[in-house]
This record gives sequence, C-alpha cells and structure tokens, in this order.
Amino acid sequence: MAIIRWQPPFDDMDRLHREVDRLFTEFTAGGEPFTSRAYPAVNITEDTDHYYVRGELPGVKAEDLEIAVVEGRLLIRGERKLGPEDKGANYHRREREGGFFRRIIALPAKVNSEKVSAAIKNGVFTITLPKAEEAKPRKIAVKTA
Amino acid sequence: MELQKKKELKPSAGEGTRPGPLYIPGVDILETQDEIVVLADMPGVDSKNVDIDLKDNQLTISGRIDPVASEKEVSLYSEFGWGDYLRTFTLSNLINQEKISAKMDQGVLRLTLPKAEKMKPKKISVAAG
Repeated sequence: MAIIRWQPPFDDMDRLHREVDRLFTEFTAGGEPFTSRAYPAVNITEDTDHYYVRGELPGVKAEDLEIAVVEGRLLIRGERKLGPEDKGANYHRREREGGFFRRIIALPAKVNSEKVSAAIKNGVFTITLPKAEEAKPRKIAVKTA
Repeated sequence: MELQKKKELKPSAGEGTRPGPLYIPGVDILETQDEIVVLADMPGVDSKNVDIDLKDNQLTISGRIDPVASEKEVSLYSEFGWGDYLRTFTLSNLINQEKISAKMDQGVLRLTLPKAEKMKPKKISVAAG
C-alpha cells in the first residue's frame, strides 16, 4: 500500500484563493483601476449618443496631434515638443518628458467615423465619437396587455 | 513615450479647499545667469485659474481645473484621475519679486523668476600691478 502524505482538504483551494486575492489588491492598489503604461492615458465615457475619449497632453499643439478611426479602433498619434531652452541653462530638475507617442484604443462599439471630432484645450484633448445608429440604445415601449 | 503616473498629493502635505484629489505637477526647473525658469505641466488649467505665491523663499504654484465631462456622461474606462494641482518649492536664490512673470500655454505654466541684482555673479577684473 502506498503511503500518501496527508494534506488538509481544500488546501490548494485556499492557496488559490489567497493568490487571486493578492493579484486583485495589487492590481487596484494604484488608485486607478486600470493601469497601462501607454501614453497618453485616457478616460472613456459615454452618453446616449456619443463616446468621449479624453486625455492629457500638456504643451501639445493641435497641429502636432493626429487622430484617426480605423475599423473600430481609435488611433492617437503625435509629438510632444519641449521648447528649446537656453543652451547655457543649468537644469535643477527635469521631470517633463517629450517625444513621439502613438496609441491605439479598441472602441466599445461601432461609431459613425465620418462625424468623429477632436479638440484640444489647455492641454486636455477630447475626442467625440458619435455612436453608429445600430449601437445606440433603443427604447422599447412596454404596453399594458 | 512612456506614461509617467500622475502623482497624487498626500493629504498630510496640504489640502485644497475643494474636495477631490490634488496632483503634483511635473516640473522642469532651469537656471540661467539672470533668471530661474519653472515649467510645470498642469493640463486642464486655464490661465485665469493659476495662482502663484512667493512668500519669503517659499514658492507655491496652484492650478484649478474646469470640469471636463458633462454630468450626463457615464464612465466606461478610466486610467487617470482629474484634479487640481499644488506644489511648493523652496528657492535658494533671492528673486526680484516685482519682475516675476508667468504664462500659461496649452496646459504648461512658464514662470520666470528674475534673480535679484545682488545675486547675479559679478565679474571682477584683476588689474596687473
């Protein structure tokens, strides 16, 4: 007869439970539920007729920002130029970063790509995407029988 | 470019009068012979909502954002938070307070702090004897 080490039942289950718990706490610990290293960070909201994609691009001019909608995906691309400073200047702190960026975001539903608009104000961009007719919520009237 | 996470100010380090998170703006500080220039990223802040305060050698920059989303909107996905900005620096140089100038352009504050006359390096010529 083989000797099998006794293990408390559900030990593995307990361990799995703890592991999943740990993953979730780490995942949400940053304050924001979704953490992605892609630049720029975006927030997406919706109302009945539109999706709105917003993000922060301080110092980026409208002509340095390109936005396109391709097959249900939104492309945000551009360059953040940090102005040329005096060559003789001595940097005490350098926390701001410049350069090229590119990001592709999958859209939650079909949009009317002809009517997408974008604006940038005070370094915050807003992309307004009108939902396609079939993606809009349809109200169904309930009748009393 | 890689994302630098927005740094939130801990409540112990100062609090705003409005509820909600306060963020620490990222800055570049550079010094030339005549002035100190502070560049601060404060996206969402309009030029009329920036406050700059210099008391003794404590420089405080604060910015208030205007609400971006309308109330009808529902959040689907969120990677960062919106909030006002606050940051304080201690300056080691004497600043000519009257000549401080500030400009807000596309969410970037440019603050020029001219050094006081007596702080400027003076060249002393040495005469041969």
